[in-house]
Amino acid sequence: MSTEATHIEHALDDHHDHKPTGFLNRWLFTTNHKDIGTLYLVFSLLMFFTGGAMAMVIRAELFAPGLQLVEPDFFNQMTTMHALIMVFGAVMPAWVGFANWMIPMMIGAPDMALPRMNNWSFWILPFAFAMLLSTLFMDSGGPAAGWTLYPPLSLQGGQSFAFVVFAIHMMGISSIMGSINVIATILNMRAPGMRLLQMPLFVWTWLITAFLLIMVMPVLAGAVTMLLTDHFFGTSFFNAAGGGDPVMFQHIFWFFGHPEVYIMILPAFGVVSEIIPTFARKPLFGYTAMVYATASIAFLSFIVWAHHMFTVGMPLTGELFFMYATMLIAVPTGVKVFNWVSTMWKGSMTFETPMLFAIAFVVLFTIGGLSGLMLAIASADLQYHDTYFVVAHFHYVLVPGAVFALMAGAYYWLPKWTGQMYSEKWGKIHFWLSTISVNVLFFPQHYLGLAGMPRRIPDYSTQFADFNMISSIGGFVFGASQLVFVGVIIHCVYKSRQAATDRVWEGAKGLEWTLTSPPPYHSFNEPPAINSATVAHADPAH
Amino acid sequence: MKKPNTFIVVAAVTAAVIAATWLLLAAPGFTGNEINMTRGVTSQSVINHGLHMTVLWICIVIGVIVFSAMFVSIVLHRKSVGHEAAQFTHSTKMEIIWTVIPVLILVVMAVPATSALVNMEVAPETEMTVKITGYQWRWKYEYVEDEIGFISSLDAASNAARRLESGTDPVDVPDYLLNVDNPLVLPANTKIKFLITADDVIHSWWVPALGWKRDAVPGYINEAWTEIMEPGIYRGQCAELCGKDHGFMPIVLQVLPRAEYSAWVAQQRDIEKQLASN
Repeated sequence: MSTEATHIEHALDDHHDHKPTGFLNRWLFTTNHKDIGTLYLVFSLLMFFTGGAMAMVIRAELFAPGLQLVEPDFFNQMTTMHALIMVFGAVMPAWVGFANWMIPMMIGAPDMALPRMNNWSFWILPFAFAMLLSTLFMDSGGPAAGWTLYPPLSLQGGQSFAFVVFAIHMMGISSIMGSINVIATILNMRAPGMRLLQMPLFVWTWLITAFLLIMVMPVLAGAVTMLLTDHFFGTSFFNAAGGGDPVMFQHIFWFFGHPEVYIMILPAFGVVSEIIPTFARKPLFGYTAMVYATASIAFLSFIVWAHHMFTVGMPLTGELFFMYATMLIAVPTGVKVFNWVSTMWKGSMTFETPMLFAIAFVVLFTIGGLSGLMLAIASADLQYHDTYFVVAHFHYVLVPGAVFALMAGAYYWLPKWTGQMYSEKWGKIHFWLSTISVNVLFFPQHYLGLAGMPRRIPDYSTQFADFNMISSIGGFVFGASQLVFVGVIIHCVYKSRQAATDRVWEGAKGLEWTLTSPPPYHSFNEPPAINSATVAHADPAH
Repeated sequence: MKKPNTFIVVAAVTAAVIAATWLLLAAPGFTGNEINMTRGVTSQSVINHGLHMTVLWICIVIGVIVFSAMFVSIVLHRKSVGHEAAQFTHSTKMEIIWTVIPVLILVVMAVPATSALVNMEVAPETEMTVKITGYQWRWKYEYVEDEIGFISSLDAASNAARRLESGTDPVDVPDYLLNVDNPLVLPANTKIKFLITADDVIHSWWVPALGWKRDAVPGYINEAWTEIMEPGIYRGQCAELCGKDHGFMPIVLQVLPRAEYSAWVAQQRDIEKQLASN
């Protein structure tokens, strides 16, 4: 199609979709926020199953004491790759996918601000992960020092380590470009009249998340670059024998790593803050407090990093500072939980699948938050640290936390995206299977950790056998349950005969619901009106 | 929803089944499984156990209050029972209350947490010093004053049974993966200083009964102290990922009454002397 012809068609057909024709044009060269959003979401689902398969290897090996399936070194590669893939390949791209799909539709914009960069930031990822995964097939194997890549251990890896470092660089570049795009879109492309304090909470949480990403991804890039030069070019940034400092790496890594945790969870707060008001048929309680709480959590995330390092031998004053700062995070997080419960309070609730996942999120994320508060107590952490108690804690905030919020969001907006309803029955089956099995999977790990089982071990003493077996059974059921999720999505996209209305949910409020289902290819060609009929939080006064 | 109460029934049954299962499994008398942090045998471990239980109970109470409010709301404020949605959007009074109360709870928690940490980190005058060095994948112990030193590795029985297709059931190996050839022998009721370092990568020296772990970092010498109140055998493991055999470098303490310990030291010194003269 010539450029001229495109223009003519464009002029004649302004209000119709004019998707590019042909597979490559549509997907490889796309600059459309929805298509890129879909690419991100499909990619992250693929990575979710890749990382999940590795988790199945881990749980299968840990099913019983003794080594049955894999050598310890391969086990370490699995734990390391599982984390890298779940963090950088599944959860983060999934949130960028949601941002791409929803932010323009929620703020009344036609597309993202920087569409070509948007294309690039996605298409870097498949190459980055191909490179990362390829290390598993190299002579020296994949990275086996844990996703935290602590030196000197990580420097013992072979030649494949360079591939890991460059893959992380590419993921970082992708994240930074995605964040610049999100910030530029939110700050410049809101419909006229939409003030910052009228934006949906999901947009707010992503704005703050994007700033976190821009601030910390370069720090990670610097840290892994120093590992690279230590490994291959004889520098001694982290080598004590050459005047370097292995603990310095941990400080730099966690200066990235702790904000990274919030990068994965803040958009989850946003999604849950959209879903609960819809199904409670009641405005979000304490909108402004929610925004400030999110900003406070983001700020605090920069001054708590060394709570991951209470055992490295810091001075007492340092440990006290990081303990107090970490405990403080409980305050804004508590505000969020109380506000969600207050939003439900005296509502008129129904329990469709997105609401079920959102409620499970609030309960199970809170359990993860409370165990986080326990871990903040530095003295007790000298017992908890590097045990399965920590594994249970961060899996509670990441799986029934971030991942459940992703699923809640997927069920919530799937009818909007596809124009068709998913199967409520199978959605509920997916929910109950996931919720029960995730607890069978992770709850016993609290017991294991308290009883003294260290993390990242392929084999364990027989006293830990029972709970490991229970945990593994939960893991297998949880893994299998996610196939139901894929089935529900495929059915919704290709087979569902039930058309979705524009509003989809009775209580839904926000600009995205004023568009057709599915929405037009370019979301808002004309800016929508901002008033209490179209946006959930029209009154910025409170 | 076809049946108005499906959700409550399923949720309540699920919660009850999960709670009952955990209680059953959690009861140490039922399965013999330990599920809680050990009280241990040092002042530090007892303090940490107490701190852990205090914070755990505070968390449980907070959780019960929050989840009860949610559950009441889920039962009463449903569309299917005809509840009309209220339209309030905020309450400054409530928001101040649930900001201030958590701050007060945190202060209450911070007081014992601070004194526990001070007790942990500020070592008293100690009577003897043991230098611990982590290697891939074994520990070296050196008694600084008595000039004794030895390497402590995974015991032979565990080491044979742990291999892929070893043909040995770990259940048949006594203290599988928690046994060593040469345990660290220490006197009871003695204030001991540890100097902890590593030779290759970072390890972490952890015996839960002592109440703490401390990283062994190459290039650093970390300090920790203990005073073990009861003689006995105490077991632990390396707690920082240190390579392929990270799971296979246990720690065993053999704590003797002071008199027996002195005899052991004399015996060790004789052995070392003989070795030196040969």
